[in-house]
Amino acid sequence: MKKKTFSVIGKPLRKIDAMAKCAGETVFADDLNLPRMTYAKLLRSPHPHARVLAVHTDRALQLEGVYAVITGKDLPEKFGIMPSTQDEETLVTDKARYAGDPVAAVAAASESLAEKALGFIDVEYAVLKPILTIEEALASTEESERIHTWNRQANIQKAVSFEFGDVDGGFARSDHVFEGTFFYQGNTHLPMEQYCAVGFYGPDDKLTVWSSTQTPHYLHRALAKVLKLPASRIRVVATPVGGGFGGKSDPFSHEIAVAKLSMITRRPVKITLTREESFYVHRGRHPVKMFAKTGVKSDGTIQAMQFKTYLDGGGYSSYGLATVYYTGALQTVTYKVPAYKFESVRVFTNKPACGPKRGHGTPQPRFAQEIQLDEIAEKLGINPIDLRLRQLVEPNTTTINGLRVSTTGLRECIERVAERAEWNKKFRQLPFGHGVGFAASSYISGAGLPIYWNDMPHSGVQIKLDRSGGVTVFCGSIDIGQGSDSILAYAVAEEFGIDPADIRVLTADTDLTPVDLGSYSSRVTVMTGNAAVQACGKLKPMLLEAASKALEVPPDDLEFADGKIRSASFPERGISFADAVTKAEGKYGTLGATGSYWPPKNPRDFKGSGVGPTPSYSFSTSIVELHCDSATGEIKIDKVWIAHDCGRAFNPLLVEGQTEGSVYMALGEALMEEQIFRKNGLHKIPSILEYKSPTTLEIPEIETILVETNDPEGPYGAKEAGQGPLLPVVPAVANAVYDAVGVRIHEVPITPDKILRAMDGRLKAITIPEFQFPAPLKWQPGEGVKVEQKS
Amino acid sequence: MKKSKKNGADGKLTKTLLQLRVNGETKEVATEINKTLLEVLREDMGLTGTKHGCELGECGTCAVLVNDAPVLSCLMLGVEAENAEIVTVEGMMQNGKPHPLQKTFADLGAAQCGYCIPGILLTAKALLDANPHPTRDEIRQALSGNLCRCTGYTKILQAVELAAKEEAS
Repeated sequence: MKKKTFSVIGKPLRKIDAMAKCAGETVFADDLNLPRMTYAKLLRSPHPHARVLAVHTDRALQLEGVYAVITGKDLPEKFGIMPSTQDEETLVTDKARYAGDPVAAVAAASESLAEKALGFIDVEYAVLKPILTIEEALASTEESERIHTWNRQANIQKAVSFEFGDVDGGFARSDHVFEGTFFYQGNTHLPMEQYCAVGFYGPDDKLTVWSSTQTPHYLHRALAKVLKLPASRIRVVATPVGGGFGGKSDPFSHEIAVAKLSMITRRPVKITLTREESFYVHRGRHPVKMFAKTGVKSDGTIQAMQFKTYLDGGGYSSYGLATVYYTGALQTVTYKVPAYKFESVRVFTNKPACGPKRGHGTPQPRFAQEIQLDEIAEKLGINPIDLRLRQLVEPNTTTINGLRVSTTGLRECIERVAERAEWNKKFRQLPFGHGVGFAASSYISGAGLPIYWNDMPHSGVQIKLDRSGGVTVFCGSIDIGQGSDSILAYAVAEEFGIDPADIRVLTADTDLTPVDLGSYSSRVTVMTGNAAVQACGKLKPMLLEAASKALEVPPDDLEFADGKIRSASFPERGISFADAVTKAEGKYGTLGATGSYWPPKNPRDFKGSGVGPTPSYSFSTSIVELHCDSATGEIKIDKVWIAHDCGRAFNPLLVEGQTEGSVYMALGEALMEEQIFRKNGLHKIPSILEYKSPTTLEIPEIETILVETNDPEGPYGAKEAGQGPLLPVVPAVANAVYDAVGVRIHEVPITPDKILRAMDGRLKAITIPEFQFPAPLKWQPGEGVKVEQKS
Repeated sequence: MKKSKKNGADGKLTKTLLQLRVNGETKEVATEINKTLLEVLREDMGLTGTKHGCELGECGTCAVLVNDAPVLSCLMLGVEAENAEIVTVEGMMQNGKPHPLQKTFADLGAAQCGYCIPGILLTAKALLDANPHPTRDEIRQALSGNLCRCTGYTKILQAVELAAKEEAS
């Protein structure tokens, strides 16, 4: 039985929930209404750094209709997404670490009453000096200046250093060595749906939490830990997420608070954060200062590369441990880098915690790397595209830092984007004020390792067939708009030869669905798709056997197609899929199967090696054409070409949608979005009006080119699509600005004032903080010390 | 407005009975006079298809049609909407048949997370009702107050154009 063509995969189908979303029928967290619903609010610290001496709740509790008030004392257990850096509290017990840190929570009969009650809670603070910059954090070595006490060195969460290959030799061999400093400003996800959660501790002592979360499984674990309840008594239902982009991937205070408040009040408790609060919850792009050094031969081939990155982490660890490594992990995956040194440090500051945003830690170094390559090409008189084509990472090779690259469509991505954009006719040839810029990048299709160390699969799928012919797919994955529910339906429909619309998909409910680790790291299509195909594979022999008997056709001549199981030789001989299910159920009993997916084993063996490996790398290239008004510094993007190696496009419409969305988000980061703070530590612009993001008036025409490589690890050859295409766009904008007006801007956002200052020679170079990194861990593929992978 | 008592004996805001005409049906709803139309629709009438992104008039998510014009329901009081024709996303389907915009948005994948989509659909409907053949710039202008973080607007603009085209043919 051979399948030559696909009936579902690769087709521009509607998402299975498309019309529900267009009819306003999709039930988001804040649309939930339960009988006796109670409403919660969090009291947040107005100080960025302050000791909490006392919290007096009596006056608030006396208000009629206020059912419960809790403080840090009620939930002292710490939590955090990374097992080794659990430094968050539901409500702070000792001190507030950013303006907006939750101190107390109220449950009341109405939202307005809950808000009023916050004003009746009296908190005694001892205000401390806030630490607000990377430099201040690195300089604050005194114990008294510590934001946290668990970490080894004051205000340094993590410092790492690696050396792969002969770095000194590589630089010595180089004809030219280029150095530069860069700064990537922080920005936030700004999903249109604010954070929202509902908790209900029922009369049978079971807790249910509904939340707009990208990681219901990790929330489940955090709830059990902090509330000290058996996980078996807790059910987490992730409601359809109204935009995530990484911002809803941590367990959050508000989720735990509503659960606790419900345990006290025995009523359902809902919390919906305001837009302003969403800016404080944050977990967005880290501000990163960078030093980049590249040694090249005269022909532009890279001999050695060095990166130093300095991450401003904000008040808590969040995903920061992973982010540190991600600012150095993937620079070697795009071009051949024979020697590579990477040092990184993440500091604590008194600002909202940073975390994972689309591209997680990799857009910042990619920005530096791609600008530096553009500068190298300029200096050597080589077309920047040719410079890259000379040294692309080859398929089925291992990088100097031990990452295994399977398929790569990078060459085709470069060639096609250059051809479509007419690069050779435009580069350095457009009139002053107009320019084009190019950049390339790579990204992971899912993290190769889980967040907490375990041997279990990363994704599980369960399929139930019933005698009506109905197919139900159960999976812990959560649809955040990328279409992960539809991916499950497409895979199962393809396997069974049925219409995706005939499949019911039930996801993201810890009571009902097998674990999937969550919608982060661009992992869902590859991992759930593989698990779904495996589950189908267990059911197919039973269906074939039943159909074979009924049709008197040998099983190896049968195929699943057009809603039937039929003879491949004589397609008119077939039975409907529903009949086959009935017959198989009669023979084998109730029909169901599970499928699991584990990523390939980590090819590396050193501490910190868990960040970087993946089932497959995606590749993206972009050319940005823009014009810049040299009088005002204003940039207008004329067009963006984006080529993306997505393995195989599961559904080209959805891949295009992810690609266009990535380009959009990249343009926001490149030109206007920034999470910035006043000198007193308060957020400068915590509103949508002031936090500028692109509208329909700013978004240019985007031409998407999908390059398909059919990766052996992906289901039907698929790789990721949701994050990678963001990466090349930001440096392509910077390179295009140089082509247009001849100034190099080494920082984002590239605002008009920076362009004008640069044109006047007044834009200061980015300064790099003083810091002594630890001695490097030296490693080469196939060598190195065995270090047990720890969580 | 049937009653306009401001305060009850205990100082609490008492409810007022409003007559609102929503999606072609007149409904009576008891609500507080300080509630926004957004809150009345979602909380008192159960019409949760209308979403909110800021409740400050900054994002366009909560747009509904009031007498055919897109209005940010977070900036209008429920009492102000009496005697007006209000259309929410729930009113776009007619006799079980999707509005052409709903169809093209679904077909082109213009709704990713879908959270901003009700407001965008209604704003686009107001545009097409007034201007059945808008240029892309006119569509951009009309939707410039509706933020979407997922799509990059590309498929949204295409879906509005396609709906206009399909209506014409």
